[in-house]
Order: sequence, then C-alpha cells, then structure tokens
Amino acid sequence: MRELSLNILDIAENSIKAGASIIDISLTLRGKLLEISVRDNGCGMDADFLAKVTDPFTTSRTTRKVGLGIPLFKMAAEMTGGKFEISSKKGEGTLTKAVFVIDSVDFMPMGDIGDTMGALIMHAPNVSFFLNVDFDGRVYGFDTMEIKDVLGDDVAIDAVEVIDFIKRTVKENFDNINGGIIL
Amino acid sequence: MKSIEELKAIKAKMQAEIGTRDSLTDADTRIVVGMATCGIAAGARPVLNALLEEVQSKRLSGVKVTQAGCLGMCRLEPMVEVYVPGKEKVTYVKVTPEAVKKIVSEHIVNGNVVAEYVIKNI
Repeated sequence: MRELSLNILDIAENSIKAGASIIDISLTLRGKLLEISVRDNGCGMDADFLAKVTDPFTTSRTTRKVGLGIPLFKMAAEMTGGKFEISSKKGEGTLTKAVFVIDSVDFMPMGDIGDTMGALIMHAPNVSFFLNVDFDGRVYGFDTMEIKDVLGDDVAIDAVEVIDFIKRTVKENFDNINGGIIL
Repeated sequence: MKSIEELKAIKAKMQAEIGTRDSLTDADTRIVVGMATCGIAAGARPVLNALLEEVQSKRLSGVKVTQAGCLGMCRLEPMVEVYVPGKEKVTYVKVTPEAVKKIVSEHIVNGNVVAEYVIKNI
C-alpha cells in the first residue's frame, strides 16, 4: 500500500463485507497527529477474533475476510511513531483507529480520498457513507444521504456520472481543507 | 453551493436520458474488478477509475462496472473479469490503466479479446 487513501479503502471494504449500513470515516488533524478512523455498524467480531485480527499469520484462510489489510494499516501508523487501535462488539460494529505522525519520514502520502469514496459508494450504493475531515478546526463533511436527497428516485448514486462528481467534489474539498499540510 | 448545483445539472441531464439506460439486466456486459487487499495494493483502484472513465467517455450503455473481493490469484492482481452475455468469461490479469483502454475499445466495443492480458497467456 503506497497511500493512506488505499488503506482507508481497504479497511472500509471490511465494513462493507461485515454488512454495515452506516460507515463513518474520519480524518482528524491536530498539530502533527493525524487520526484516521473507520466506524461501522456491521456484524462486528467476538473477543477471540478481535485479539488476533492484527496478526497476519494467525489470520488463516477461514478468516480471510480480514487478512492483510488491518496489519498493513497498523504497520503504516506504527512506522511513523503513531498507534493503532481496533475495538469491536459482535452484532454491533467495529471501530478501527490509527494515529499517524505527519512529519515522520515514513508518513505515507494521503493519495486521492475522492477516488476512495467513489470506489466505496460504487461498491455499496445502499450503504450510508460519511466522511468527516477536521484539520485543526477547518472542517468538511460529506454525506451520501445529502447526495441521495438531491438525486431523488430517478437517478442512482452509483451512476458513472454521479460517482465521477463525488470523486471530484470530495477531492476538491479535501484539498481545500488540507491546503498542502499533508502530501 | 456550486457543487450541489452541478449535481442537480447531472441529475437533470440523466433524467432526460432515462429509458435509454435502465438498471442492470441479463443482457448487459459486466466488468468486475477485484478489490480485496491484494487487488488494492497492486493498483486496482486506478484500474477501476480507468474503466469508469472509458465507459463514461465512450458513452457505453449496457455495460456495468462492478467490484468483487479477492478473485483468487493475488500475485496476478489487478484482475478484471469480463462477462459478455452468451460468451465465456474472460479473465484479464496484471491489468493497468493503459491496458484498460485497450480492453474497452477492443473487447467491450469490438468484441475482440485482448490476448496479451488474458490469464492463460501470462
């Protein structure tokens, strides 16, 4: 994985597979610390599974729905001197949270978060996605419900033109908030 | 807000086209991209983007781009499966955005499989 937005895509794909109807992605910058969290209301994990979910080697093929994605995300955060946390409750959902130190040489570029949102919405058009960006108080919120309200019943959110619009608008707004602070 | 206005314009344009483009039916061509960790790490997202751009710019109706999990051979990702109604499934491997242009124009539009990216030829 070369970009944080690809890690976010991969982690949120787990939420889709867990049957979530709401997936909430937050990017919060406070000084040198960037916190990325993905919260869902999917099927969650029991304590046994949760305990080994960050270990790529105890995650066997039968538990393949998680595999390498979480270990890679954890490693990306820890390499910068940050940290990783995952909490989950069976039947309630999962919260995956990673903190990155943005001036570390090992801090990965963000990449295109618009592309990530576009790919997620296309994959799971019925899921409600939220993206909350808060960089030292400069905020941007994206919500698929707002898009669906505008579109009404006639036009699907996963139509190619709409996905293209979502990708562009999310990227533009994120870039405005970011203002070049992180790559 | 400028972006909401743009979205409304997209909606109006698409409403005008309704009837010429219905939801997915059996008669449609499906293009499936593997988007598990292996696919994403190998570059599946740019491949997905390139597919959407080609479908949009060529205004291909009856073509649906979708995503799946791991398609089974992680070392050959990004993988793309093409299902043309009445034809055998074609699996493309190590697909790049450049390969996508060729696959869409030669296979999806003209019906000629692009042999150089087909799994059995790698």
